[in-house]
Amino acid sequence: MMEWAIGILMISGGLFSLVASVGMLRLPDTIIRMHAATKAGAFGGGLMFLALAGFYMDLSITLRAVAAIFFLLLTAPVGAHLIGRAAYCTKVQLSERTRIDELAMVCEWCDTQSVSHPRPETGDAGQQPLP
Amino acid sequence: MENTIITTCAEITLILLTLSVIFTFVRLVLGPDPADRIVALDLVSVLMVSYLAALSIYTGEKTFLDVAISYALIAFLGTVALARFRERLARRSADMTCRLAEPSNPEENQ
Repeated sequence: MMEWAIGILMISGGLFSLVASVGMLRLPDTIIRMHAATKAGAFGGGLMFLALAGFYMDLSITLRAVAAIFFLLLTAPVGAHLIGRAAYCTKVQLSERTRIDELAMVCEWCDTQSVSHPRPETGDAGQQPLP
Repeated sequence: MENTIITTCAEITLILLTLSVIFTFVRLVLGPDPADRIVALDLVSVLMVSYLAALSIYTGEKTFLDVAISYALIAFLGTVALARFRERLARRSADMTCRLAEPSNPEENQ
């Protein structure tokens, strides 16, 4: 029974990693790709460490696996935030289906020729001033 | 007997993870922007951590768990360094940067 649980955990972790990489390949935009990569990838890694903790049934291994899961869940948002900030600040091309760019309200571009950068027109919600 | 199930599942998982790494490397080669490549490298490092955990189950070697943890630490540092480097390079090469939600300095506006 236990080995079936370990096998299911491992294979579901592998499937989540596969979903992350397919999203990496197919999604249209850097920031949407980052969404797929960080969430599904970290979840797949967490499932794999859970299977590892169930496989060995040892206290030290379990503690290390829990520490590894905690570390993965802690570092994935931090890395995603830094990459997203770098991507937005270097004016990466957003998807054509982007409707609301909320950072455009708080973002203060250093250049004044903002016509040239390849950003789609924001909708009505993007141009409202901050209350 | 129970080793047969776990070994088979570990083999399937290793094949899935290899496919994931191949797909991510396609994005790493294609990626139009350097930020895409940083995201792809981040995903490759997370996939490698998963790969090491699956390999630890497949071979029954406990040492791979320590390798996975230390690789996760180093990979996070690498991601942070690459992202900061990209942002700083753009900021240094003149007018491509923005200031996100920094508190506005009243002396600077005047």
